[in-house]
Amino acid sequence: MSRRRVVITGLGPVTAHGVGIDPLWVALCEGRSALAPIRAFNASGFIAASGAELPDTFDVKDLVPKSYRKATKVMARDIEIAVGGALAAVRDAGLATRGTDPDSSPTIRPDRVGCHIGAGLIAAELDELTGALASSRNATGSFDPGQWGQQGMQELTPLWLLKYLPNMLACHVTIIHDCQGPSNTITCNEASSGLSLAESQRVIERGAADACLSGGADSKMNPMAYLRQELAGRFARCAPSDDATSIVKPFDATASGTLIGEGGGILVVEAEETAKARGARIHAVLAGTGASQSWCDDTVGLVPDSSGESLADAMHAALRDAGLTPADIDAIIPFGSGVPSLDALERNALERVFGADLAKKPLIMLAPSIGTTCAGFGAIAVAVACRALNEQKLPARLNTTSAAELHALAAPSTAQTLRHILIATPSLGGQNSAAVVSRHAEL
Amino acid sequence: MTTTKNNRRVVVTGMGWVTPLGHDVDSVWKRLLNSESGMGPTTRFDARTFPTNFSAEVRNYSIQNFVKDAAVHATAGLNSQFALGAASQAWRQSGLDGFAGLNKKRVGLYLGAGEGVIDFDNYAASNIAGWNAEERKIDGVRWADHAHRAMDRMREVEQEPNMPLAHLAREFGIRGPALNCLTACAASTQAIGEAFSLIQRGDTDVMLSGGTHTMIHVLGVTGFNRLTALSTSKGDPTKASRPFDATRDGFVMGEGSGMIVIESLEHALARGATPLAEVAGYGSSADAFRITDIHPEGRGGAASMHMALAQAGIDPNARRADGRAAIDYISAHGTGTKENDSIETRGVKRVFGASAKDIPMSSIKSMMGHLIAAAGAVEFMTCVLAIRDGMLPPTINYGTPDPDLDLDYVPNKTRAAKVDICLSNSFGFGGQNDTLVVKRYIA
Repeated sequence: MSRRRVVITGLGPVTAHGVGIDPLWVALCEGRSALAPIRAFNASGFIAASGAELPDTFDVKDLVPKSYRKATKVMARDIEIAVGGALAAVRDAGLATRGTDPDSSPTIRPDRVGCHIGAGLIAAELDELTGALASSRNATGSFDPGQWGQQGMQELTPLWLLKYLPNMLACHVTIIHDCQGPSNTITCNEASSGLSLAESQRVIERGAADACLSGGADSKMNPMAYLRQELAGRFARCAPSDDATSIVKPFDATASGTLIGEGGGILVVEAEETAKARGARIHAVLAGTGASQSWCDDTVGLVPDSSGESLADAMHAALRDAGLTPADIDAIIPFGSGVPSLDALERNALERVFGADLAKKPLIMLAPSIGTTCAGFGAIAVAVACRALNEQKLPARLNTTSAAELHALAAPSTAQTLRHILIATPSLGGQNSAAVVSRHAEL
Repeated sequence: MTTTKNNRRVVVTGMGWVTPLGHDVDSVWKRLLNSESGMGPTTRFDARTFPTNFSAEVRNYSIQNFVKDAAVHATAGLNSQFALGAASQAWRQSGLDGFAGLNKKRVGLYLGAGEGVIDFDNYAASNIAGWNAEERKIDGVRWADHAHRAMDRMREVEQEPNMPLAHLAREFGIRGPALNCLTACAASTQAIGEAFSLIQRGDTDVMLSGGTHTMIHVLGVTGFNRLTALSTSKGDPTKASRPFDATRDGFVMGEGSGMIVIESLEHALARGATPLAEVAGYGSSADAFRITDIHPEGRGGAASMHMALAQAGIDPNARRADGRAAIDYISAHGTGTKENDSIETRGVKRVFGASAKDIPMSSIKSMMGHLIAAAGAVEFMTCVLAIRDGMLPPTINYGTPDPDLDLDYVPNKTRAAKVDICLSNSFGFGGQNDTLVVKRYIA
């Protein structure tokens, strides 16, 4: 059965290097890292005091239509990232939407545009909530639910809950850009945005939409969310005075953990026929996707499946879906966190798929530059893959100095023939996602 | 253009639920047909002073009665515990339990599960300990110092929305694609629809799908009370949920899980399984309207119904050979809020035109409460049971007709009917609309 081919026409990553693919790509090629002491809160009480935050110039009010500025008051940071990414992607795709051109008719009929956005577990802003909690203390200073029910909760804005529901990323994006097609919110931790892109692919294939705004966003720059990452064993030790830019060393023999970056990205994915019909610039083809679930001895996946078997299954499924074999892959974007247990899982999965050829497959690593971007990772990685395919160039690699059998050592950006790039992500919880992104001319 | 019709048929082969009315399919179904209510005073926390101090809680439940080895689920949150009980019933009924020929890499999971319950006491205590009252903000160092001592690693991890996936994967050894979506009150309808699509696409043969959720906790009830979405009726809690009644004043929070096993017809028949019903159509849309309001014409709900019916090959305005309307029953979203019930009624009329009044439509939320992310799954299951037994569950507490709501809401009493085709609607905060069409399985 022939199926609709799905292409990528708009890139909207939002990372510590800024909004859009250009600042990210330039920084990756120059080998710059945005990891630095955290500014959002005093993080010196945590194992890792540094991370990668969006630049101070990022202001969501600049990234929404004027008529929508009021709604930014009920946006958690994760939502702001998705909203910023969506605008960048829509502009990059050359689409007119209600959000970009309210007075002209949209390029694509609104009911033919879907939206799939991966999200993390969003933590409430502590200043806002605690202000209310603190007013409901009893004589001994502890929280008193009786006072809270009667009075304290009234201090929260009526829409308080809606700031933190994971589906509010897609809610705001669909309202701003008038996407009336299928919309979903995938919440599978680090695999979320990869799985969202795969869902957009399926929705377009089955004809339920012609284009989707797709990706994910996550910010852990909140003490509660940040603590959860620490408790999950993700962090490398990094004191406020340490040089954070040299700490994340994916696949290095001495890797000791990661640092977190906030970010994500929205892409415009589109049926090839409609993209061509409107004369769109096609960045790349979303050639295939795959997914799987790992067996976790500890059930929850804090101790990941070191065999890498299921992550390899997801990679194989993506290759099969794309009609390709491992030999066709020219570069790989692994999750590449520098967390030793995850590095081992990924290495074993890659060895299962590529065997002895693995040493010849260049790995592109993002975490040393933008931190580990959690639910936002897959979308950022696919955006980077698109640019690498178009530039026929590998970005620079940082920090890793010993990684036997892997093409992963620190190196400057170099020219490289790139036809197909594999992206794969394991997750806390055991869900795996993989995708193959191909140069449009190759298929 | 509508969703393409796909020839791979998908059937339901197992069902299970854990609800405020009980923990097995037939006894709960009997109670629904007896017009019983699961509501009572909230006991999960001290809600006495809250605007809403009642809910529909799951009572006397233990996973010990369901799982093979409770030790591997020792840290499971309440949502995962509900999911394990419901899924075990479904798995057993499907006959997959102990079926040696099962390729677990061709079995997937797609859930619509909400976040786990926050560790509220320790969370509140850490926030208060970290509160700098003068600056009205959290002191990150003091907060971290308290939280490091107070918070538990597993309780935090188990709040991740993908943890029910992890527990179910562990219990049943599932290794295929695994996804969780969190589209508020529409989540598990959407999950079943997307699970159906994965089988149709050929990515899997079997899917365990459904939803699980509890928001009966301090912040959950706070959030919905602030949104004024919950009933604040005084007096008998069993009378509080009054969908479609003129005096309706909001929904009543329920909790629990509904899980189903669906599989390709050929897979089911090849192993000698008994199809309980056939999944015939799925539609999904976004309102893209406002953060809290539904489009006044029910545009999004109508779109998802149209899409699901089109996939099922059903013309909503045509009558069948025996004179019946196009379908026999609608399981309404029917929350009992002013807005939802009016707009859902309008949407149904928009889709079914003159036939709308001939199609019975009821809301089991009047008895079970609103299971939020799990609501769609239990409502889908009631459709399958309605087909099996030729019985329609009622909308209870219907006393005062609303002049604008003039459909057949199956008021107060169960009704016998010839039931072959049902439609189940779910609409979520944030604007997602999802519809499933399920029909009697005919070889």
